[in-house]
Amino acid sequence: MKLVGRSLHTIGAYTVLTFQNLGKLVLFSVAATVFIFSPPFKIRRIIEHLYFIGVISIFVVSLTAFFTGLVLGLQGYYTLSKFGSQGLLGSAVALSLIRELGPVLTALMVTGRAGSSIAANIGAMRISEQIDALDTMDIHPVKYLVSPRIAATVISMPLLTAMFDIVGIFGGYVAGVWMLDVSPGIYISGMVASTTMRDVSTGLIKPLFFGFVIAAVSCYRGFHCDRLKPGVRGSESVSLATTTSVVICSVTTLVLDYVLTAFLL
Amino acid sequence: MSEPIIQFQSVTKRFGPLTILDEISFTIHKGEITTVMGKSGVGKSVILKHIIGLMQADSGQVLFDGADMAHLSRHDRHRLKSRMGYMFQNIALFDSMTVYDNIALPLREKSHMTEKAIHTKIYENLEKLEIVTTANKYPSEISGGMQKRVGLARALIRDPEIVLFDEPTTGLDPIRKNAVHSMISHMQRKFNFTGIVVSHEIPDVFYISQKILMLEEGKIIVDAPPAEVETIENITVQDFIRGSESLRDDLTGLATKTVIVTKLEETKASSADTQWNYSVIAFRANDLDGINENMGFVVGQMVLQHLAKFIENYLRISDDNFRYSDDIVVTILPNIRIGMARALVKKMPGAMAGYSSAPPEDCGPVKYSVSVGVSESADGKNIEDVVSTAVGDMSVVGEFDLK
Repeated sequence: MKLVGRSLHTIGAYTVLTFQNLGKLVLFSVAATVFIFSPPFKIRRIIEHLYFIGVISIFVVSLTAFFTGLVLGLQGYYTLSKFGSQGLLGSAVALSLIRELGPVLTALMVTGRAGSSIAANIGAMRISEQIDALDTMDIHPVKYLVSPRIAATVISMPLLTAMFDIVGIFGGYVAGVWMLDVSPGIYISGMVASTTMRDVSTGLIKPLFFGFVIAAVSCYRGFHCDRLKPGVRGSESVSLATTTSVVICSVTTLVLDYVLTAFLL
Repeated sequence: MSEPIIQFQSVTKRFGPLTILDEISFTIHKGEITTVMGKSGVGKSVILKHIIGLMQADSGQVLFDGADMAHLSRHDRHRLKSRMGYMFQNIALFDSMTVYDNIALPLREKSHMTEKAIHTKIYENLEKLEIVTTANKYPSEISGGMQKRVGLARALIRDPEIVLFDEPTTGLDPIRKNAVHSMISHMQRKFNFTGIVVSHEIPDVFYISQKILMLEEGKIIVDAPPAEVETIENITVQDFIRGSESLRDDLTGLATKTVIVTKLEETKASSADTQWNYSVIAFRANDLDGINENMGFVVGQMVLQHLAKFIENYLRISDDNFRYSDDIVVTILPNIRIGMARALVKKMPGAMAGYSSAPPEDCGPVKYSVSVGVSESADGKNIEDVVSTAVGDMSVVGEFDLK
């Protein structure tokens, strides 16, 4: 009985803590979003982060997209050939990428490359008192550190996703047309015929949400790294913030993908 | 006494079960330098963080110009912060920015200055602190001592009214440590800011402070001017001062005042001669402020070092000289009457002319004059009074032209 009571207490405490953190994250994200639209506007800082989050991610996103397209082409051809429908390969590759895989895999790549870096960077600033230093200079740390990163990630994500889609479709083309002798005309015309503007817009709306979540969660974890777990301080807290932000962003991306798909389908 | 600017009224701060500040009360006066001393981890930095608003008291009030900081409007809080500068113990420079950008940040973010005006102001500060060559380097590319000076430059760049220094000299060599203290004191006199310094550097901070606060087990156990602190008989206070104070002054290599005074009192007590007497000669390196201003604070410290070496060489006394203040060195002459002391002073210009005119290492050509004053012990006069008389009696005896 005692054991049950203790377990219930632990679960209850954990649940309360989780909801508290969620509430703080929401307030933090709202404040950061409001600051994006409040003067003075520091466009240059957003551009700097656009370069880091967007431009530097192009290579890793393109590489992932190309191989994802290749695998989709091979697997799609194998499956479709069972029904004698190899001609639908272009449609299958394009729809899979544009509606689902493009946004989700881009989000996971950005989480791994930029999200972890944001959490570690802001976390390091927290433990070395750089965030306190901003505060003492009367520079709002959230406006200075968080808002430009959220804006840059939200802007970058649809662009990176579009790039992922294009490179992925090209990967599917390489697998289907160059390696498996599917007619190039059939691959392209099938793709054009089956893909609607709604598919494209759905595929580009999701990344806006993913980008917001990735940036907000990564910034929040880094910003409060010294309060994540009692007794965890210094570099250990930065490491914890980085790991947990990657896990939370990845899981949230998949959950959010389901929710958005349900709404946007 | 000047008007109060910051007041702590029964302030308590706890971290979990640990009470760091236990209903402490004290006042900081406008235009003064107050030093907060105490063992590591007693909460000295916590006091600074309450003043700048990084921490809030669990109970009690922190008043700024009579207004409770906890109840200030957001606008007033911003205005208050813009009047303060803070130098962190860990410096807290932004490692992704160059030294120049680190110092420029508060100006770019919080002023309407043009980039050209910012550039001029930053280079003025870099020159004063002798770190011009670091402007385009990243913090990780410069030494800890230079990082300290960059932190100082950033804290002072907006000409704040109140500057908080959290152990500003830790890790610096003696010359630079004294240069930083000298700079704090010089800037404070020039701009009349209110300085609050957390430091263990005894006796160096005594030269620059108007008030000393000592924190022990959450309580303020000393709140007095430096001269009084040395006479407080509380064992904890004396243990702390003696434990922190080295036997020799880092900069000049001379014994410290405490060592000399103790020795003098012991000699006096053990002397069978009831007429036992001593004289005091006080030497001042004149216009150190001007040298600091025009040639840099490091040169100012080298000048004092040069004077101390000359005194040791001239008087051939090494154990009875001590640094009295930031620009005065005092020599005690036991068993010597004032007439003989005056005779020594009379011969000094000749000795000065014959003394090395080479500037100290790393110091360019510099010219400074020396003032000297003499006095003699008398019944009922303590050493402080005797030295004060000598300082009051000072006149210029000659000039060093180091080139």
